[in-house]
Amino acid sequence: MLSKQQIAQRIAKEVKNGQYINLGIGIPTLVANYIPEDLEIVLQSENGLLGIGPFPTEAEIDPDLINAGKQTITMVKGSAIFNSAESFAMIRGGHVHLTILGAMEVSENGDIANWKIPGKMVKGMGGAMDLVASAENIIVAMQHCSKSGDSKLLPECTLPITGIRCVKKIVTDLAVLEIHQEGGFILKERAPGISVEEIKQKTAGKLIIEGDIPEMNI
Amino acid sequence: MINKTVKDAREAVKDIPSGAFLMMGGFGLCGIPENSIAALLERDIKDLTIVSNNAGVDDFGIGLLLKRRMVKKMISSYVGENAEFERQLLSGELEVDLIPQGTLAERVRAGGAGIPAFFTPAGVGTEVAEGKEVREFDGKLYLMERWLRADFSLVKAWKGDTAGNLIFKGTARNFNPMMAAAGKITIAEVEELVPAGELDPNQIHTPGIYVQRIFQGENYEKRIEQRTTRS
Repeated sequence: MLSKQQIAQRIAKEVKNGQYINLGIGIPTLVANYIPEDLEIVLQSENGLLGIGPFPTEAEIDPDLINAGKQTITMVKGSAIFNSAESFAMIRGGHVHLTILGAMEVSENGDIANWKIPGKMVKGMGGAMDLVASAENIIVAMQHCSKSGDSKLLPECTLPITGIRCVKKIVTDLAVLEIHQEGGFILKERAPGISVEEIKQKTAGKLIIEGDIPEMNI
Repeated sequence: MINKTVKDAREAVKDIPSGAFLMMGGFGLCGIPENSIAALLERDIKDLTIVSNNAGVDDFGIGLLLKRRMVKKMISSYVGENAEFERQLLSGELEVDLIPQGTLAERVRAGGAGIPAFFTPAGVGTEVAEGKEVREFDGKLYLMERWLRADFSLVKAWKGDTAGNLIFKGTARNFNPMMAAAGKITIAEVEELVPAGELDPNQIHTPGIYVQRIFQGENYEKRIEQRTTRS
């Protein structure tokens, strides 16, 4: 089983040179730590920044400089700042190449649910609905099962959805999967020491297994 | 040049009535109109509707207005940091419209720009789409969303001049420029107020035409929600 850091590490391998990328809160934020240094990429923060840098030192802290998770940050050289309308114009306009975000549930046709648990949690969707409706490439970072052991990869989402038919790839603590155009989770890689059988057992949605499934290389 | 200066926050917000429809700039606690909020707390008004990306925290920002029960309705995209908010919402004391962040920003922008409605892909197929017109353009579905305009917009900038021109700093810009344009009366508070002519016209983010009242704020706390550092 992969740790959160290892999920982030595996997702970092999907990043390509020259990409503008939006990282969601949680595991996706960790991806930044594993992007190879020889790649030139730019991280977008939907509150109005292109060019997120590392967290500041105590001396560098600026309350007027935060990321979308409200954490204090720094800017890299060549950054740009803009307002929220401009920020989502670049998101909806397809200028951000890759969106990485967390999910509570993903369905076999690529629907994602990550913003609301009726009667329990009402925090709001923030920028997630705009991001999933617009990004060309969406990778989801999530746990394969809930704490009580229920699969989060489902035939259909049970929670209110954030976007329809938008997820392309999922990296969980057990596997890397892609969404088939006609529905289904295509198993691409297994986490080290995890069998195909176990993944099958823990995937409630349709699982597509073609040929030998390689172990992840992390 | 028209002089938009008012003495202080108290004077700036003195005629905001109960039931007013307000916008407040800021993302989390970054770039919020701290002084105007403090002055509103001294007023005996209620039933406010507030458009703001977030709802502050329990003891700062809009959270203070909620605690005093001055707010009837919030129109926001994310409200996760406020226990009092969640309590009032779940008990039905507070009405809340949760809106995708980009849609919120664009609805405000549209309000200031005189565009009554627009189509966006955000929320198609979700509960956000309920009751809204869905239309297909070039093979993809989009929702119609309406503009938002306010009786009063309360914004915060870094520098401003007496003509109402504003310059923001860092990510404290966020929703402030669009809200400035979408308010019938826009109240801008700035950390540094200078005479007209002292700001470089090339660097102005919000032109003074959108601002009706401006004052120099004081004692900015600029509270940080997630103080995160590297060693």
